[in-house]
Amino acid sequence: MAGDLEFEKPVIELKKKINELREYTKNTEMDLSSEIEKLEARLEKVEKEIYENIKPWDRVSIARHPERPTTLDYISLLFTDFFECHGDRLFGDDEAIVGGIAKFHGLPITVIGHQRGKDTKENIRRNFGMPHPEGYRKALRLMKQAEKFRRPIICFIDTKGAYPGKAAEERGQSEAIARNLFEMAGLKVPVICIVIGEGGSGGALALGVGNHIHMLENSTYSVISPEGAASILWRDASLAKKAAESMKITAPDLKQLGIIDEIIPEARGGAHRDVNQQAGEISKVLKASLKELSGLSVEELVDNRYKKYKLIGEYSSLNEYIGVN
Amino acid sequence: MLKELFTKTKKKKYATIPSETAKQDVPEGIMTKCPNCKKIMYTKELVKTLKVCFHCGYHHQMNSKERIQSFVDSGSFQELNKGMVSENPLNFPDYEEKLEKDRKKTHLNEAVVTGVAEIGGMGVVLAIMDASFRMGSMGSVVGEKITLAIEKADELKVPFIIFTASGGARMQEGVLSLMQMAKTSVALKRFSDHGGLIISIMTHPTTGGVSASFASLGDYNFAEPGALIGFAGRRIIEQTIREDLPEDFQTAEFLLKHGQLDAVITRQELRDRIISILEIHQPGGSISWQEI
Repeated sequence: MAGDLEFEKPVIELKKKINELREYTKNTEMDLSSEIEKLEARLEKVEKEIYENIKPWDRVSIARHPERPTTLDYISLLFTDFFECHGDRLFGDDEAIVGGIAKFHGLPITVIGHQRGKDTKENIRRNFGMPHPEGYRKALRLMKQAEKFRRPIICFIDTKGAYPGKAAEERGQSEAIARNLFEMAGLKVPVICIVIGEGGSGGALALGVGNHIHMLENSTYSVISPEGAASILWRDASLAKKAAESMKITAPDLKQLGIIDEIIPEARGGAHRDVNQQAGEISKVLKASLKELSGLSVEELVDNRYKKYKLIGEYSSLNEYIGVN
Repeated sequence: MLKELFTKTKKKKYATIPSETAKQDVPEGIMTKCPNCKKIMYTKELVKTLKVCFHCGYHHQMNSKERIQSFVDSGSFQELNKGMVSENPLNFPDYEEKLEKDRKKTHLNEAVVTGVAEIGGMGVVLAIMDASFRMGSMGSVVGEKITLAIEKADELKVPFIIFTASGGARMQEGVLSLMQMAKTSVALKRFSDHGGLIISIMTHPTTGGVSASFASLGDYNFAEPGALIGFAGRRIIEQTIREDLPEDFQTAEFLLKHGQLDAVITRQELRDRIISILEIHQPGGSISWQEI
């Protein structure tokens, strides 16, 4: 089956065997139900073992699954009356980021997110979900608009990173990302960020300065892709698996580091197995966040964001220090 | 071979080309010729499709009256400042005569019609520029009427929607025209700071000083398909840079691609999509986030 992942192989093989036996009993008189039952029991055990001991690299492969639901999938399931707004009013319309206005439980919100394609054609149009500066500037324009009309902002994060290209540098990729961090810090409305796939570096963070940050169970969030880290640290991109283990990029890792608020559970094997169920899980968390944050004043919202980021970072101090004097 | 040659000569020697005048001589009012696909159709039929060519989708120009009829809730439009007319502040030769001629032709006093209306039951203040009066050019009256409309929207706390169609500033009023750009923008800024919603819908053509002021200042900037929108005219740019410009240069679709528009919306969809936006911006009713 296309889209099956390496670590799931034992499960897939068992399933195949069970199906084969079932077909066989249909066509012959032999009764194999006891064998089938045995295999099914084993499948249950193997599945439990695999999915409960899921490794960071396995999560990376789930987060990158070609059929993993994207921002637009969740928008259509979570919201009504979505109206997409295009363009940064400066240079272009970057389809690697989508955004617009919509209603959630009948109340207006602004929603913005990275957008990957699901096939080659769409991926080319959307630049594989890797934005140029105009994408971030469109996002900021929509955030400012949300602020003017006092709508909460919901950001879906799903990118390998900001696009590393010539044109992107010429138009100020760094400035565009930096400006978003700066301006998002001061937004006078609730901002809720949800990592739904890959959270790649600054390109992800540029939609990620929020009051609440949630991650889907099998999504990742890191300073660089495991491949990138491996090539920088060990000059060998093939050591990505090793890098993934050591970089602490999974939702449970980030929860432990105190960076994210909630881990949103996924269906066994990943969000792509049941998109509707996944949207339901996101909806629950989103509702709770909006209820909590809408009770805060403008000053509290900005202060809450300030404190959230102020608390991130670990350090200690030494007594023995000679100093610059 | 030879036979073929002879048979060919038997064909008509001359193609009959209708004279230029005959070509354009489709009786005004009864028939309309689409400038895009050149097909001729009954005007009555064309009006039924909101003046969108049913062969090629070309959006024919709409005057302000047709626009009001097709866009707002029937019977809800109440015109504001309809009596305001231009002076000739610079004593520009022939200006008064030209104004008088257009007044007779269009039955309009000026190139913009403003008023209070309802769309889907929601109150708005509307300004509709009419290109049939002096190419929709902006002089003191256009600037003043639009500014008064914005102030009205501010006073009523309702959204301001403007349909733009203009060749730009009105030459005959010189720098007074130029200053209408600033005047309307200052009014929009105050309205916006009060939380007012601004929707700009650019129609063919929206150029010069109008495109460089209120037309581009919407919270949402939309355009009709194929509309010409730009600051400097195509000929001026070509002469300046000494290059030919791409065919789609300064079309609505070109602007969308270059980040200047939120969306290009067909006339058939326009009313519904604007209603959807207005609904999202309605002041909060009794429900709040605490209750969802």
